[in-house]
Amino acid sequence: MRNFEYQKADSVNAAVAAHAGQPSSFVAGGTTLLDLVKIDIMQPERVVDVNGLPLYDVEELDDGRLKIGAMVSNTDLAYHPTVVEKYAVLSEALLSGASTSLRNKATTAGNVMQRVRCPYFRDGVSACNKREPGTGCAAIGGHNRSVHAVLGTSDQCIASHPSDMCVAMAAIGAKVLVTGPDGEREIDFLDFHLLPGDSPEKEHALDADELITHVVLDAPIKGSRSTYLKLRDRASYQFALASSGVIVATEGNTIRDARIAMGGVATKPWRAREAEQALIGQPANEQSFKKAAEIAFKGATPYEHNAFKIPLGQQAVVRSLTNATAARA
Amino acid sequence: MTDKIQAKIIGASKPRIDGPQKLRGEAMYAADHHLPNMAYAYGVFSTVASGTIDNIDLSKAKQMPGVIDIFHHDHFPDLYRTPSSFAQENKVDETRLPFEDGKVYYPGQFVALVVADTFANARAAAYAVKVDYSADAEPIATLSQALERGDEPKKADSSGHSRGNPDSAFESATNRIDVTYVTPMETHNPMEMHASTASWENGDLVLYEASQGVIFARNVMAKVFGLAPERVEVRSPFIGSGFGSKLWIWPHAIAAAAVAREVGRPVQLVVPRQQMFTTTGHRPPTQQQIRIGADNNGKLTALTHDSINTTSMVDTYVETTGSCTKSLYDCENLRVSHATVGANHGTPTSMRAPGAAPGLFALESAMDEMAEKLNMDPLEFRKANYTERDQSMDLPFSSIHLMEAFEKGAEKFGWAKRNHEVGSMRDGEEILGWGMAACNWEALKMNCDARVSLRADGTAYASCATQDIGTGTYTIVAQAVSSITGIALDKIEVELGDSSYPSGPVSGGSWATATTLPAIAEATRSAIEALKSYATGDGGAFAGTKADDLSFDDGKLSDSNGKSVAYTDVLGQLKLANADGEAHTPGAPQGEYSFRSFGAHFVEVRWDPGISRLRVSRVVSAIDVGQIINEKTSANQVEGAIAMGIGMALFENTEYDERSGLPVNNNYAEYLVPVHADQPDSVDVILLDHPDYAFNEFGARGIGEIGITGMAAAVANAVHHATGKRIRELPIRLEELMNA
Repeated sequence: MRNFEYQKADSVNAAVAAHAGQPSSFVAGGTTLLDLVKIDIMQPERVVDVNGLPLYDVEELDDGRLKIGAMVSNTDLAYHPTVVEKYAVLSEALLSGASTSLRNKATTAGNVMQRVRCPYFRDGVSACNKREPGTGCAAIGGHNRSVHAVLGTSDQCIASHPSDMCVAMAAIGAKVLVTGPDGEREIDFLDFHLLPGDSPEKEHALDADELITHVVLDAPIKGSRSTYLKLRDRASYQFALASSGVIVATEGNTIRDARIAMGGVATKPWRAREAEQALIGQPANEQSFKKAAEIAFKGATPYEHNAFKIPLGQQAVVRSLTNATAARA
Repeated sequence: MTDKIQAKIIGASKPRIDGPQKLRGEAMYAADHHLPNMAYAYGVFSTVASGTIDNIDLSKAKQMPGVIDIFHHDHFPDLYRTPSSFAQENKVDETRLPFEDGKVYYPGQFVALVVADTFANARAAAYAVKVDYSADAEPIATLSQALERGDEPKKADSSGHSRGNPDSAFESATNRIDVTYVTPMETHNPMEMHASTASWENGDLVLYEASQGVIFARNVMAKVFGLAPERVEVRSPFIGSGFGSKLWIWPHAIAAAAVAREVGRPVQLVVPRQQMFTTTGHRPPTQQQIRIGADNNGKLTALTHDSINTTSMVDTYVETTGSCTKSLYDCENLRVSHATVGANHGTPTSMRAPGAAPGLFALESAMDEMAEKLNMDPLEFRKANYTERDQSMDLPFSSIHLMEAFEKGAEKFGWAKRNHEVGSMRDGEEILGWGMAACNWEALKMNCDARVSLRADGTAYASCATQDIGTGTYTIVAQAVSSITGIALDKIEVELGDSSYPSGPVSGGSWATATTLPAIAEATRSAIEALKSYATGDGGAFAGTKADDLSFDDGKLSDSNGKSVAYTDVLGQLKLANADGEAHTPGAPQGEYSFRSFGAHFVEVRWDPGISRLRVSRVVSAIDVGQIINEKTSANQVEGAIAMGIGMALFENTEYDERSGLPVNNNYAEYLVPVHADQPDSVDVILLDHPDYAFNEFGARGIGEIGITGMAAAVANAVHHATGKRIRELPIRLEELMNA
């Protein structure tokens, strides 16, 4: 860890102002930032502490949406009664991530902003376009089994997005509310995270010095059920090899509406719209689910060690759809 | 063997006497010591796998706040290399001294060391040190690279064994298998970081070190600094486990002590987690060829086990995978051999059940394969080759209850209900697999000294320069004293983990119990003899009586007339603070027996093919380690070893990039060990508890390692039963099982 200037913000605008002018980072739970500062991968000269800003509320809006403060912890969000009742996929996704103590510290906005687990990004010396643009991508041709993607990759970066929470939010649909030097604006959740393309160092749609203040979830789909399934080597405390968050509404045995998002397999929280469309109007059975899962991975690119993520990801989609449509016990 | 040792305290289930200290945060570990005026050191570690240092640019780092000095190969005191000798008690695995020259032999090697006033300042400055290297283009990162383009493998003759005509017997065998198993590099990853806190006073060194062997550590430091051993004291009262990585001194401890002397202040050096993968040892990767010949009755006729492992470019470490193979089963024609080949890694070292853990993965998987070929129940196949004689030593085992382990384990597990057909046992979406394997470990006992005092205040004191690495040694030492004196455990103070105490064994090899307890017992009896002599002397409670006519029981001295006096009164009457006893006990008797421990694991896995999920759901382990001293801590050891064995089977794998030779997953998130959620729904540990008095007076053979041996094979065999896939390379990964 290198020394940095520390500043505690007492308002959103003060935080934004303090962030401007030099390489700065906001810190909330610190579960990404402090790790990366300690291993010298992030080197902010100023850290602006946003803990204590009045962003801890979870509020049901009149239009049925759910407005979540940036500082709401992953634990509090996972156990919030409205989330448990109406957004099971989000509660389950949150609880499948990290560990209890990390979830207690990690915040909603911080989770949105968490960075990749690629070992070549984190070792500080290997070629990594994300860490040092133009140096290349050591993950291609290297060890790319566990935390590398098969969807949304480019020749410049194949790191998978690590978040579980974001996969659920991608399925639900959401807006990210941000405040910057020029005031407030909102960004569609699916546009927030960027594909690596030719500029993997650019990970999100935030402009300079913008701070996330809230995430607003779309209203739940009426009559739907949702669930999250995370597949990994060990049973807990591992980033997804493949995960699937689904929301399904049925009429009789026919699928009326469906949302599918995937994690562990893609460079950003991955929404499979084409697969969703293929499901709507179909019977809720294994055949339909398998078809949708195939479509969801259409165009996937396997790398040296992660080709198994394509069938594994399909299994995650099939099983989560099965679980979301199974007869209730 | 006296009746008193049979007292019910031996074998009882007792909580750790040091538990409250740990719960209250009073147990001081190596990095908990913050000495007056102490400085902090932080390493700069090589970012190439092999090469030479061209330049070290300190210009920026030296200007940073709090920096006191920065050491490297051109600025480091001359020290002595220590010979590595177990017999001389100065063994090390990495003999190269830190900063000895400008060469880099492995990634994560110390190349510089910043000393500053605070930990944060030292680390910040370390990150500002810029090192230029000439890196070798083709570092050797893996065993397969070493075999492809490394030097010729070096035979390790002393650990080999051959009897009969193994090759010709194999060639002429009715049933044969010839299979090769591969195990990965594994890293110990104790919770507590390696750490050294070093201080010098008047030329004497005191070192707080996370060490599994304070005597060895003291001797090594004395050699390295050219001092008489009594001028060095190594303290390690509490260790957050070690699994073998803290057995011997590593470069960081030498570096910390050296720079503390240079800067004239105490210095603390904590090894970062990333470098605990590189510069404090590991279990090396192995490739093991096993050939088995058997007749149609399932009798082994030939067995060969030829193994190779990587070692570092500077030292030779042999992973003796054949150490169990040579004596576990009855077979007249047998060979085990070991060889090493160099790689750009730090030097490997012992990791829990060295040799046996990877070796029994191979042997016990191969036994399963042969049973399958013979169409025999794998348990029956093993029973058919049972022996009570160690053919490699031509001696009988001192005590063997492997058959009982097989039978009790099988009964508890329900092995008789196993449907032998692959994939035939189902539960909903899951396929069950049932597998088993034998476990095996050597029993060793070393020289040991100990001191025991009976104190006038009603307490007792025992000390020995062994360690409690979290396994319960403090507690069983107190149990040993209590078993002879009748003094309650909470009245017995035990001090371990300081090289100034009477010389004791390293906490390794599962030999601390068998080594330490007899010395403690002997010292206790010696203290009682001292008490008797005080009691029978002038002014004593039994003045005029012969010491030999007194007996000691339940804290009281008694004569034959029925007179009893509490020992506290005996001492009090004479105004004596205590009665002391010292003892020296020898190593295990040689030449009559082979001392080994045995056992069997029975494992159930659940494979959900719909989501490619593999879990270990049930384990029954029956363990034959002689007398159990403490049922609770013993079961803890086996349960922990089962968890570690599950990790070995399914998760653990220290990876290096084949192009750069750099570590890939040297952190606690990506190097997977089992977490709580991976623990089986049920784990039954059956401790057979048959004392082995030929080995020592307590009949105990030690229990730290045996539980991990055979575990990976039992899991792999269960996986085969569930999926039909025979996985010969660890860890077992789901992608290998998909489409099973």
